[in-house]
Amino acid sequence: MATQNIVVVGNGMVGHHYVDQLLQSGLDVAITVIGAEPRPAYDRVHLSEFFAGKKPEELALTTREFYQQNGVKAHFGDAVQEILRDEKAVVTEGGRRFDYDKLVLATGSYPFVPPIPGSSHQRCLTYRTIDDLGAIKSAAQGSKVGVVVGGGLLGLECANALKNLGMETHVVEFAPGLMGVQLDEGGSRMLRRKIEALDVTVHTSTATQDIVPGEDCKLRMNFADDKFLETDMIVFSAGIRPFDQLGRNAGLEIGARGGIVVDYHCRTTDENIFAIGECASLGNFIYGLVAPGYRMAEVAVSQLGSDKKVFKGADMSTKLKLLGVDVGSIGDAHGKGEGSTSYVFSDERAEVYKRINVSSDGKTLLGAVLVGDCDDYDTLLQYFLNGIELPDNPETLILPSVEGGAPQLGPAALPMAATVCSCHNVSKGSIVEAIDGGCCSLGDVKASTRASTGCGGCSALLKSVVDYELEARGVSVDKSICEHFPFTRQEIFHICKVENLRSFDELLAGHGTGRGCDICKPAVASILASLWNDYILNDKTAGLQDTNDRFLANMQKDGTYSVVPRVAGGEITPDKLIVLGEVAKKYNLYTKITGGQRIDLFGAHMGDLPAIWKELVDAGFETGHAYGKALRTVKSCVGSTWCRYGVQDSVSMAIYVENRYKGLRSPHKIKSAVSGCTRECAEAQSKDFGVIATENGWNLYVCGNGGMKPRHADLFATDLDDETLIRYVDRFLMFYVRTADRLQRTSVWLENLEGGLDYLREVVIDDKLGICAELEAQMAAVVGTYQCEWKTTIEDPEKAKRFRQFVNAPDEKDDNVIFVEERGQIRPARDDERDDIIAKSA
Amino acid sequence: MKVVKASDWQAVCRLSDLVENAGVCALMDDEQVAIFYLPGETPRLYAIGNRDPIGNANVLSRGIVGDVNGELVVASPLYKQHFSLTTGQCLEDDAVSIPVYEIALDGDVVKLGK
Repeated sequence: MATQNIVVVGNGMVGHHYVDQLLQSGLDVAITVIGAEPRPAYDRVHLSEFFAGKKPEELALTTREFYQQNGVKAHFGDAVQEILRDEKAVVTEGGRRFDYDKLVLATGSYPFVPPIPGSSHQRCLTYRTIDDLGAIKSAAQGSKVGVVVGGGLLGLECANALKNLGMETHVVEFAPGLMGVQLDEGGSRMLRRKIEALDVTVHTSTATQDIVPGEDCKLRMNFADDKFLETDMIVFSAGIRPFDQLGRNAGLEIGARGGIVVDYHCRTTDENIFAIGECASLGNFIYGLVAPGYRMAEVAVSQLGSDKKVFKGADMSTKLKLLGVDVGSIGDAHGKGEGSTSYVFSDERAEVYKRINVSSDGKTLLGAVLVGDCDDYDTLLQYFLNGIELPDNPETLILPSVEGGAPQLGPAALPMAATVCSCHNVSKGSIVEAIDGGCCSLGDVKASTRASTGCGGCSALLKSVVDYELEARGVSVDKSICEHFPFTRQEIFHICKVENLRSFDELLAGHGTGRGCDICKPAVASILASLWNDYILNDKTAGLQDTNDRFLANMQKDGTYSVVPRVAGGEITPDKLIVLGEVAKKYNLYTKITGGQRIDLFGAHMGDLPAIWKELVDAGFETGHAYGKALRTVKSCVGSTWCRYGVQDSVSMAIYVENRYKGLRSPHKIKSAVSGCTRECAEAQSKDFGVIATENGWNLYVCGNGGMKPRHADLFATDLDDETLIRYVDRFLMFYVRTADRLQRTSVWLENLEGGLDYLREVVIDDKLGICAELEAQMAAVVGTYQCEWKTTIEDPEKAKRFRQFVNAPDEKDDNVIFVEERGQIRPARDDERDDIIAKSA
Repeated sequence: MKVVKASDWQAVCRLSDLVENAGVCALMDDEQVAIFYLPGETPRLYAIGNRDPIGNANVLSRGIVGDVNGELVVASPLYKQHFSLTTGQCLEDDAVSIPVYEIALDGDVVKLGK
């Protein structure tokens, strides 16, 4: 059979999933994708994270490059205007024509805007695409009040977004309750109560009559009974409507409630045209969730091959966090089915509502509603999806856990057919198959089956299944750090320590192969530094260091460096501030205050580094290790010395802690902070270790993180005196340095530490392993052998020579480095500016 | 292999100016050349262009050297792509490669071929 031309119209989540599945099927096809939006498919489920700072590219599910590499022709930013069924071709608004053998419509849906007079005002928006979000964000500037029309799932997500944008937020819902589709009346009431506690005003049973210019705000919404609400912007999220116009115009059958009618094969009334996702109507039902859309995509792909699958509907159970409130809905939430009997648990103090609907014989679960606590969701869903027989007293499944409470449905009890990930329809059986096929880690299983790569709601369940199955096979996972050493970082640490190894060559000769690489060399350099704390640029170790360590500065995009002197605790004298200013002026450096309460000097030529540091060291500065996998900063607030609320001297403690651990090389960077009272102005709970003052001493928090994967630190020990605090931190840090993987921050380390926080407490506080004396001694050795690496470097002319830009032209500078001025300082020239400057100088 | 005439060799530095198992940068006319000294290998000296064509900055002499499946490489300090020290080929992208230069040791003088 000749290569089939497949044209996919629409590149949303479902359209992309279709392409992806088709690529994986290995069928002989030529694929063309046409998307109306300017960008390839992105994750709409997590759209609201855009407001939390996610960039469009982080939401992307694919890229133009991916399509290109896989031979998919992609055409974005141009919608299809017409289907020419007789000619088997589509024509776009831009006039492009694409011929097809099979056409797949995945045009999705659009937000329904009720026909209210005034609803076309430019401050009336919708919530569907990244461009919509951009519009909401810009409308939010200068807006004090925002209204969401629609109290469904998307509406509440949108309300969260408005609230996060700092607006007084209202939700206006026509129906008597919130999330009427997914929740019963009791659940809906509890959700409302919780949402109102978050300062979101909810107006139910409220119909908007018209929208007119407001008096206090920009708009006024008039309701029945002469009531009104003034607002600066309105976002409509009152349901979706299928984008079925293309199908209508082409004469395909359309469902009574819209949507292109499809059969169990997702085929429309034209045998060469398929429709999938939210633009399709099966049995007069539009499946408005991503998981059923994915199923339809897979079924449509299968029609092109020999193993034809069917789609007869899908489970619409869902679990999500709305405005921080856990909400879950399974199966028949309202208990409308015949003989349905329900159990309800409601705790108004803790604001938790749970309901299960079971069959009349009490053996099977028909549906469930969870508000305020979704811990039971995974278990209930498994009972529901797999028809697992309920325990004798089904109510125990939702009652608060007491001794001898509900039986846990462990991974072993799940049948092979049980769906673990409903987004990608991955059963326990497929996971077991993947493991049998060679997957040896959670990451492998995710990559191979795609489980837990959709909404992520099943991640805990997936991990427990994978762990259980791996353990059952006695699998030991290959954790070698790279091709040159068959060991983990922890094992290499141990080898170096026991054999007293001082160089990479000794280690490689005894325990490795090849010459090493950019993975193992810096890791070993770090281990040697942690163990022996020698100068890191000696002849044996200089070549092992990552470039930042090798030049004791942070390389920027143009090859210049930034310089960060240590400012312990963020405390600095006026004289030292002046020195920093003078040095920056002399060497033409860009200056910026860092998040760690220091000053960063950018744009230093490599050749200038020794001279810059000579001046800094002479003025009493030390290196700040901003370039190293090492202790960075210990932030502090002013504490009891100045602050009306402070209860301890946080600045002195921060300076002490920073000076104690400065120079400690570790698997990754380490950050810390000390706050002088519970107001926590130093943000200690986002640090690897954080200290917060109490009336009685210090509370120690561990394993927090900001950055890409924020993690709130765990409270480790309370009301410690100074000595105990330092002792615990010594042990904690050294235990981390010894046992963590390469580039593993404390947060991830703890999450992978078997036994978790309790185990860490046993090791550090109770000395369960009997290693505390050793950990303390090792820390004492590191503390006792501290040297400022920059001081050592500038005192040795041979070392300073290594910073020459050119070995044969010491005074020349890199002519590729070009700065322009912005806001009174230098910055690297952009490519266009650079071309300009070069052209002018030529 | 290109034959370099004696007159085309340019002395750039002494062996003692190089750093073992690491790189330095030399200027040959207007070109920046990254020179690597690997005392345990044969030959001991390698010379490639200093410009990282992916990061668009002159930084390769500051990368870590090592091997990937036996191929001697330097890892760019910017985005960590590997470039072969012998062919200049980028291991992560077939379409990208950088120049390779002739290099020789004359006594303790390091010379680059033009």
